[in-house]
Amino acid sequence: MLTRLLVSGLFAGAGAGLIAALLQLFFVQPVLLHAELYESGALVHFGAEAVSAHQDLGGFEPVRDGLSIVFTMLTYTGYAFILLVGMALAEMRGANVNGRNGLLWGLAGFVAFHFAPGFTLAPEVPGVAAADVALRQVWWWATVVTAGAGLWLIAFGRNWLAWGAAAVLLLAPHVVGAPEPDTFTGPVPTEIGALFASRALGVGMAAWLLLGCFAGFFWQREGARDGARQPA
Amino acid sequence: MTTQTVKSTLSATKIVSLAFAAILGVAIISVTGHVQAGALHDAAHDVRHATGFPCH
Repeated sequence: MLTRLLVSGLFAGAGAGLIAALLQLFFVQPVLLHAELYESGALVHFGAEAVSAHQDLGGFEPVRDGLSIVFTMLTYTGYAFILLVGMALAEMRGANVNGRNGLLWGLAGFVAFHFAPGFTLAPEVPGVAAADVALRQVWWWATVVTAGAGLWLIAFGRNWLAWGAAAVLLLAPHVVGAPEPDTFTGPVPTEIGALFASRALGVGMAAWLLLGCFAGFFWQREGARDGARQPA
Repeated sequence: MTTQTVKSTLSATKIVSLAFAAILGVAIISVTGHVQAGALHDAAHDVRHATGFPCH
């Protein structure tokens, strides 16, 4: 069981994480670097002169981007372990888990870990004003846990009581609200901030769909291998 | 004992395995996405922003 969880998680997480990292480097990193020019003051939005929307953002930075690849692969491996725990519990309840329905698991994971927190705490472009980071992290975890529990109840609940509770769990963090800054001080043009948020969510969705698919595939394959190894 | 049911039940070993995998997952995400130690934050900075974690 543990071997099956760890092997499936490592393969699925590393694979999906590597693809996520490459997508981020290509689609998100240029937007981030562009925003950092405003964050650092190298460019000034609404200054005396209009600023070109096209800037030299530099190319691939081996250390910085290499670390990003490593940390993205690690992050998705962490996601994979949590997703696989859910898959294992569902399988014990009689659900069939494979690469194809793993896509649904991945979509649910994306909603729980990216979309639900991002719905109120949008992915932060560098330079945005934000409340205390520890408070936001508490809210982030609370939202991930309640959204995950809500989605589980939608998928496996059998009556309206469960589905009603799911709706409450999904809505509550956003009705309560996330920690917000006292004042807005972001120096980054809104066009860059909006593109950053949609790119971050889009790449997250693509990577999570792959993660769910890979996790379901490896979970099933490792399970079949375990079954073949055990004497009947 | 010639037939094994496909649907398995929750044994102590399984509970420990599931708990270990869940804790490992949460620990990894906490380190890559949340711990504010300087070197870790700098190394994971771009990932945290791009993955939607609260940064700074």
